[in-house]
Amino acid sequence: MIRLDNLTKVFDTPKGAVTAADHITMEVPAGEICILLGPSGCGKTTTLKMINRIVRPTSGKVFIDGEDTTDLDTQELRRNIGYVIQQIGLFPNMTIEENIAVVPKLLGWDKAKYKERARELMRMIALEPDAFLKRYPSELSGGQQQRIGVARALAADPPVMLMDEPFGAIDPINRAVIQDEFLKMQQELKKTIMFVSHDIDEAIKMGDRIAIFRAGNLEQYSRPDELLANPKDDFVESFLGEDRALKRLNLVKVRDMASEDVGTVAPDEDLQAALMRMDDHGYPGSIMMVNDRRQPVGVVQRSVARTTKGYCRDHFDTLPAVARLDDDLRKVASLMFAHDMTWLPCVDDEGRLCGQITQRAITHHLGSRYRVQQAEPVAEV
Amino acid sequence: MDWIQYAVGNIDLLLSRTIEHIALVGVAVGIATLTGVPIGIAITKNERLAKAVLYVASIIVTVPSIALFGIMIPVLSLIGQGIGYLPAVIAVLLYSQLPIIRNTYTAINNVDPALREAARGIGMSQNQRLRMVEIPLAVPVIMAGVRTAVVLNIGVMAIAAYIGAGGLGTFISRGISQSDPRQLILGALAVSLLAILVDYSLLALQKRLTPKGMERAAFAE
Repeated sequence: MIRLDNLTKVFDTPKGAVTAADHITMEVPAGEICILLGPSGCGKTTTLKMINRIVRPTSGKVFIDGEDTTDLDTQELRRNIGYVIQQIGLFPNMTIEENIAVVPKLLGWDKAKYKERARELMRMIALEPDAFLKRYPSELSGGQQQRIGVARALAADPPVMLMDEPFGAIDPINRAVIQDEFLKMQQELKKTIMFVSHDIDEAIKMGDRIAIFRAGNLEQYSRPDELLANPKDDFVESFLGEDRALKRLNLVKVRDMASEDVGTVAPDEDLQAALMRMDDHGYPGSIMMVNDRRQPVGVVQRSVARTTKGYCRDHFDTLPAVARLDDDLRKVASLMFAHDMTWLPCVDDEGRLCGQITQRAITHHLGSRYRVQQAEPVAEV
Repeated sequence: MDWIQYAVGNIDLLLSRTIEHIALVGVAVGIATLTGVPIGIAITKNERLAKAVLYVASIIVTVPSIALFGIMIPVLSLIGQGIGYLPAVIAVLLYSQLPIIRNTYTAINNVDPALREAARGIGMSQNQRLRMVEIPLAVPVIMAGVRTAVVLNIGVMAIAAYIGAGGLGTFISRGISQSDPRQLILGALAVSLLAILVDYSLLALQKRLTPKGMERAAFAE
């Protein structure tokens, strides 16, 4: 848990005092990722760096796991906080192993223990220990270097991590991969993380909570879905972008939306039965056909069923796409648009049908939060 | 080509004066390294002090060596060392300060700020940062400063023969005073050759002292 209590930084500049962070009070619950988001110069980085005293606070307090850090020794404090920066900052004179082992060494671990820890971390970040530990940072790609940067921050297993635009300098393709890997690691590690970003899409993807900063002030601190559905003011709204409703698609998984009530036909039923079942379920255009293992195998069109006689197995169209339970709605919407469908079957890992998702349901889900907001204009977090 | 015959005939003398020369420069630059590197590191903490120190060190280098020897004679005569070994070593020591201090200062100052922030952020103390990160990264540039000092002062030390410090300069000074071109040429060639050889061997040392991960970066240019 990280709690900031009226944390303030005033810089003295030749042009007078500048308040970079103004009485920031917020709390990140244990095990969550909080993204500090805002335009440059908004105070997000200053706020982050006050936590490990790279920037010394003018006033205010930082609590970590409930403990006031004000009186802790600076070096001691920093060794218990993982720190990842955009420029990575691996020491070029040290091997990968030495880089990872720096903090454990400072903490006085014995050699066998930190060597084993380095191997363990390499496996965690999916880099082969024997191939990489003895090499130097300059021999690695940017993406590999930042993975090592993350491993170094995790080396002494700190409960808290600070990340300053950690993936900002990595090309978009590798960035997405590293973000996914990191989220997967976080599911197991459950670190409490403060993460600075200026990329709204990254924030929505990575954040359990998002703190929007503007000119040294914390404007809004909400869960991503709440933030997108209910921005507090015009600044937040414009910062999130006009497509913020679409951005929410990233946040919802098929699992949360699939309707389990789905009518199907079997290949050996006749088209008459298919037509009746469409009417029963109110399907205007078509019905899904599943095999005996309940795997969707095709679609019977209403127009075909009405005008033709015979069995479904002889008169179906192939199914162009399916949605998996862990897909997000953005992917589902994209599949629907690409294949001109208004619904998709949802399947589990074995490919068995477990529901369906419709365009109507998606629009309804996105719209419902706005309607709540209109009915209750004072809705607050 | 009389000087070759002279050299062959006086090979023992040539060797002993070469060793003398190396020892003089070695002792002086050695001490200069021990003082210059800490000074160079210390002044990175204070920009105004750095400017002052580098200014003084630059002025010292502009003093002609023969003048510097002249200045030291009355001063060191007080302890009975007006000429000979001591003033020669002191002169070289002083001349060596500028390249060594300046290179150390520049190298430490030029350590990537991101590395410094990373080192601070993971909880290194100032001394640990110096020892584990900044000095290892600065070594190639510091060594380049030492090399400059050595090569520069192999030449300066030749002049110290005039105040009786010995070394290869003795051949030159005798060559001039005795109008003996053989000694003159031998002395001049030996000093030049020594400078070149020492420069190459120090370059090899510099490469060995460069941290492995930085070889490509340090010798890219």
